[in-house]
Amino acid sequence: MEYVIEMLDIRKEFGNFVANDNITLQLKKGEIHALLGENGAGKSTLMNVLFGLYQPEGGEIRVRGEKVAISNPNIANNLGIGMVHQHFMLVENLTVTENIILGNEPKKMGIINIQDAAKKVAEISKLYGLNVDPYAKIADISVGMQQRVEILKTLYRGAEILIFDEPTASLTPQEIDELFIIMKKLIEENKSIILITHKLQEIMDVTDRVTVIRKGQGIGTVITSETNPEELATLMVGRQVIFKTEKGPAFPADEVLHIENLVVEDYRGVSKVKGLNLSVRKGEIVGIAGIDGNGQSELIEAITGLRKVKEGKISINGKDITGKRPREITEIGLGHIPQDRHKHGLVLEFSVGYNAALQSYYHEPYSKKGIMNYKVVSEKAKKIIDTYDVRTQGEHEPARALSGGNQQKLIIGREVERDPDLLIAALPTRGLDVGAIEFIHKRLIEQRDNGKAVLLISFELDEVMNVSDRIAVIYDGQIVDTVNPSETTEQELGLLMAGHQKSEMIVVGDEVVLKEGEDPNVE
Amino acid sequence: MSNRVINLLVPVISIILGLIVGAIVMIFSGYDPVTAYIALWNGIFGDAYAIGETIRQISPYILAGLAVAFAFRAGLFNIGVEGQLIVGWFAAAYVGSAFDLPKIIHLPFALIAAALAGALWGLVPGILKAALRVHEVIVTIMMNYIALHVVNALIKTVSGSYKTEKIHETASLRSEFLSNITDYSTLHYGILVALAMVGVMWFLLDKTKTGYELKSVGFNEHASQYAGMNVNRNIVLSMVISGAFAGLAGSMEALGTFGYLANLGGFTGIGFDGIAVALLGANTPLGVIFGASLFGSLKYGAGNMPNEAGVPTEIVSIIIALIIFFVASGYIIRVILNRVNKKKGAK
Ligand SMILES: Nc1ncnc2c1ncn2[C@@H]1O[C@H](COP(=O)(O)OP(=O)(O)OP(=O)(O)O)[C@@H](O)[C@H]1O
Ligand SMILES: [Mg+2]
Repeated sequence: MEYVIEMLDIRKEFGNFVANDNITLQLKKGEIHALLGENGAGKSTLMNVLFGLYQPEGGEIRVRGEKVAISNPNIANNLGIGMVHQHFMLVENLTVTENIILGNEPKKMGIINIQDAAKKVAEISKLYGLNVDPYAKIADISVGMQQRVEILKTLYRGAEILIFDEPTASLTPQEIDELFIIMKKLIEENKSIILITHKLQEIMDVTDRVTVIRKGQGIGTVITSETNPEELATLMVGRQVIFKTEKGPAFPADEVLHIENLVVEDYRGVSKVKGLNLSVRKGEIVGIAGIDGNGQSELIEAITGLRKVKEGKISINGKDITGKRPREITEIGLGHIPQDRHKHGLVLEFSVGYNAALQSYYHEPYSKKGIMNYKVVSEKAKKIIDTYDVRTQGEHEPARALSGGNQQKLIIGREVERDPDLLIAALPTRGLDVGAIEFIHKRLIEQRDNGKAVLLISFELDEVMNVSDRIAVIYDGQIVDTVNPSETTEQELGLLMAGHQKSEMIVVGDEVVLKEGEDPNVE
Repeated sequence: MSNRVINLLVPVISIILGLIVGAIVMIFSGYDPVTAYIALWNGIFGDAYAIGETIRQISPYILAGLAVAFAFRAGLFNIGVEGQLIVGWFAAAYVGSAFDLPKIIHLPFALIAAALAGALWGLVPGILKAALRVHEVIVTIMMNYIALHVVNALIKTVSGSYKTEKIHETASLRSEFLSNITDYSTLHYGILVALAMVGVMWFLLDKTKTGYELKSVGFNEHASQYAGMNVNRNIVLSMVISGAFAGLAGSMEALGTFGYLANLGGFTGIGFDGIAVALLGANTPLGVIFGASLFGSLKYGAGNMPNEAGVPTEIVSIIIALIIFFVASGYIIRVILNRVNKKKGAK
């Protein structure tokens, strides 16, 4: 059996904490190999060891059968190992080519030769069907494109083995499909791939084998075609996971959130929300379904007071909050799990404890007469860590050291614990493992059952369909239709999200399709 | 090696490296490094008098360092400490000479005047940053020049001569006791003011709600805004507090060391050195004491090198700069130590 990479009994410690406890992973040439594990299981850590960013305390790495010491990323590059990080490492105002050659610029007599580099970039891009313009500025291209630039970067440096750390978490469904086509192409060209993802269906669809780790320990490797999502989930969490969250019927009562003819502009002054109406009542979860970029971000920012309202009115519990400052809105009863956890959700340099107090530090008992009571803050943090299963070494650890999923659990814990009348959850389960998703969904439903209003924004159709009591479809800055999750299908939703109306659709057998003469590609 | 040992070792090794490179420079320019360093040592610790003068020199450095560090913790780069110090110096000298009050009122009054003047000078860039997003570095640099020339003009208007009148005894920080135990040096109570302010900064940042907000804004403006903090108010506030520390640094000179303010031909340099002091001290209150001690002792002790060892002042400046350079690049030494540590651990 030919292995291109063998990581044998790898051990990585952070202080007294063992992040990788003798894990073994063997990658065959030409396979897509999934690395699966809960949030904080140690996946990113293991990959950072392979890429030379961390030095292991024990174990052995073999590349093409030869024992190697990868003490820095340059060595990894030379060994043909490339990594596409979850958070891209690109310079916004440089072009694609400039970003790709950054660090090892091709020089002719001391002068950088951009043309040659751009030509090479274009060639690689064509070979793998990446479709990247070598002269485009990073700031001007979509997230999906930026990811392709990262892939190009590794290929340009001659990578044979590519590591993808949660590449699909920030992509739209269509971009995900395209990414998988690219991966297949890479395999055809004899590359080998390690893929980290929390989405079990993706693993089933594209990978050959799966290595599962749990709490830093290797559980084993299984062949994808011989397993199923339920088994994978059980292996990874150590217990059975319920995928479809159970919930009783909703008993919606008084209106909590009321939005009327809302118009909001983005930072360039372009209207993104165009006369939107929405209402969320006590005791119900309203899901907003839509393709990214149809005004969701601007809508949330307007409700939370982070963005100016151009026209229209927003009220919570009958109180007009249009134009109010974020803190006033918080005090009226809003909780918010923000879309971008690093930018808005956390102060990464602060400890877990400090972050747990971010929305309540100014209240007693967290502070009194201007003096902080950090003991109380710590206790609160400990409670959130326990209840929400935040895997951390303690409340004094900086939030930056937490794994992505655990950072998210910390934010969710902080917001839900405040028990707000209206909870806005924007992509609350992005980057979370299946067990954590189940847990978060239960919490959202619990809030609802306690008579609170929940507004859920998600790009994942199954999440919206699973959790919501009502689905409001957003398209081009307006709520174009509201449907009942039990009476709709993914297809119908997909068409609504693409801007079609119900009157254009027709049911054929058990499928919803467009009536004749309607072009399905109209956006 | 534990982390604590490394933390202690880094500055020591840095200083030794700086001394070695300094010695090489001296050998090449034909001076004897051994006598030169003995002269430096004597200049700093040689006798009670030298020690007194060294401590006296450290006080304004502590306050200037606190000023830079405080702004830095709130995410702002205050290059205007120099100007804030100058206006503080003038305010203290003016209040100290223009009023006749009992000491218990006069001295605090003069100190507060200096802090307020510095705070005012910090307020302007703070407001410009908060309201119009004008970068504080540009504004504070310009405010330095304004301070220098405005104060020079004020000296002339107020006193009619090239220097202000001498402050009254009731506003003075001078201490017969401190002076006596240090062989009649000019050591004054300013060091106590400076150390008290170290405590104030620690308390503000680590104990108060305001400190929590300031640090939060300094680390992540977006998340702070999302959490409902008033980012603009915090920007202004941190510049005002930073300016107050700087103003107090000026009062050290007015009420302690000199007792007056003479027409300034140029900047004092203390405010700019405060940037290095803060960075050496990693912007923590205790670290600032370390950074200021290094700066203060080298600055004062170096004065003895030309006298005792005949090294010209230009070379002395190079050597002092070298030592500070190496301490500032302590990061590199830290990396090397960690590497050595790992190798040992692996075996
Ligand atoms: N630099 C660090 N210092 C201390 N602890 C760390 C550091 N990096 C990671 N950890 C800890 O190691 C554990 C594993 O983290 P890692 O990022 O590898 O998880 P992960 O499996 O990638 O999780 P996720 O799916 O949430 O991204 C976590 O508990 C994390 O807190
Ligand atoms: Mg990870």
